[in-house]
Amino acid sequence: MATPAPGATPAEAHATVPDSLTQVFRLSRYQLREYLFSRRFLVLVAVVATIGGIITAIVGHYRGALVSDNLAFYGSFWGGGADVVIVLAAVFFGGDAIAGEFQNKTGYFLMGLPVRRAAVYAGKYVAAFVASVAVLVLFLLILLGNGLYYFGTGAVPWQLGVSLLLAVVYLLAVLGATFLFSSLFKTSAYGFVLTAVLFLFGFTILQALVADLVKMEPWMVISYASPVIGNVFAPNASWALTGTITDVRAGPGGPVLSQVYTPGILEGVVIMLAYFLLTAIAGLLLFEREEFA
Amino acid sequence: MSSPSIRIEGLTKRFGSFTALDGLTLELEGAKCVGFLGPNGAGKTTTLKMLTDMIFPTAGSCYINGTSVQADRKRALSQAGVLIESPEIYPSLTPRQALEMVADLRGVPEPEWHDRITEVLGEVKMADWADQRVGRFSKGMKQRINIAAALVHDPEVVILDEPATGLDPRGMAEVRAIVRGLKRRNRLVFMSSHILQEVTDVCDEVALIDRGKLLFYDTLENVKTRFSGGIVSLDVGLARPLVDEGLVRKVSGLPGVASCTALEPTRLRLQFSGGREGREALMEGLVGLKIGAISLGEPESALEEIYLKQIARGD
Repeated sequence: MATPAPGATPAEAHATVPDSLTQVFRLSRYQLREYLFSRRFLVLVAVVATIGGIITAIVGHYRGALVSDNLAFYGSFWGGGADVVIVLAAVFFGGDAIAGEFQNKTGYFLMGLPVRRAAVYAGKYVAAFVASVAVLVLFLLILLGNGLYYFGTGAVPWQLGVSLLLAVVYLLAVLGATFLFSSLFKTSAYGFVLTAVLFLFGFTILQALVADLVKMEPWMVISYASPVIGNVFAPNASWALTGTITDVRAGPGGPVLSQVYTPGILEGVVIMLAYFLLTAIAGLLLFEREEFA
Repeated sequence: MSSPSIRIEGLTKRFGSFTALDGLTLELEGAKCVGFLGPNGAGKTTTLKMLTDMIFPTAGSCYINGTSVQADRKRALSQAGVLIESPEIYPSLTPRQALEMVADLRGVPEPEWHDRITEVLGEVKMADWADQRVGRFSKGMKQRINIAAALVHDPEVVILDEPATGLDPRGMAEVRAIVRGLKRRNRLVFMSSHILQEVTDVCDEVALIDRGKLLFYDTLENVKTRFSGGIVSLDVGLARPLVDEGLVRKVSGLPGVASCTALEPTRLRLQFSGGREGREALMEGLVGLKIGAISLGEPESALEEIYLKQIARGD
């Protein structure tokens, strides 16, 4: 027979329930299985493979300047593509992570179990993170295949490893925000749409407004930080904790038309980690107070 | 060894200006089934949701086996099997996978999963569907899996919110059999239901709430006696139609019988006062009249009459 044994004292019955950390990993394992069985993971793999295929075809067709320099190649295609893949993964795996539990009524199945709400939230987050990293690595492998073909095995820059780490930190932040949006609503579509709109162009517009109208470094906007994934490939990349300002002039010695802010690599990391922490805590607090009414 | 218990203390829930539950206090202890009755919107599901930490009380608290649900949901729910609001199961899972997830998160040792899951799927008559995806199932089939999920760890306390929802008559009968089995295994079952026949069949005690307030909580027998003013309805089944009207008057004259009405040619409805001994004497009297009496019992609608009277009193 299953535990607890009939007549077990409350303490004995409780003793068989795994600790919360174990439950987090078990929940994430089941969530990952759900991604696989529901084909959600396979669909995103197909989407990313298609994006990688298009890049491969473009590079193969035009070659020339596109494959003249390995740093420029990785900076352009990995740096430019990774953040799109990350946003797609966040929308796919995080958009309905919490809202879906309310909308689909699956939450009533889960919340009757002896699991802390924080463990449910964390378990789902870990699963979304693992699935997203897998998709990101697939994208990297496609680009790496192109890079090895055009530049050889000796031309894999060390910056690629750093850039992958930066992309993973950005993924933490984007997923944190996505889970927060998902906790705000009880309808999955809102979480999907808000994540996609904000990360694909909303934050970029906000960043431009802050930089051009307020004339200040938009360090408070997450999209300002994400270019460090590609900037790390620049020969003169700044590793500083502060950004650099470049004046855009009408001509040599002409009037300043605008200023371009570029984040330092470490500054970008701090912004992304801050977003991750703040959104994760806010989302968790929201979910802790959410009622399955 | 402690007996299973549920304690609800001054439980209140307000949604804005609407008070869904108003200071409910209820204490259930021991191996039995308690029916939780009330009309739509009375506060039944609200109570059960607070008892399982799905929503939070405005005031008051709930305890399962002495552990506060609000203070330590994990410990409290570790001893309970819960079915609230006919949940949906992840559609890509099979019943076996869904129950494995429940068993895993509840800490049922892995070597026991197969036997335990096979057993509960058998109990809810879903063994043949164990490896089919839940997404293709009907509402009733999903509800059977939900019941199995509530029982997979053999809990001491079972909290069921309208367990017969979506089930066909055979399914309802199976739920009743499952509840009786739980009682035999010394479990405490707290079950909300709209189906009064179901409650009459399996519950030892009933609690009736209306507009967020507890109207009564007592044994089924006491409830019937208390709210009928000491007079209960009894139905007499007859083997052959009663043709002689004079016999109805004779039945009316038996000890304890206040009135007798022929509902059908082969069924009489008595208004009767008297305890067990009185009923024994009544049976002897009926047999002595040689009217072909073959059964004597409370009508199926006895609880319904009380229920309707009590609810109407609040209107």
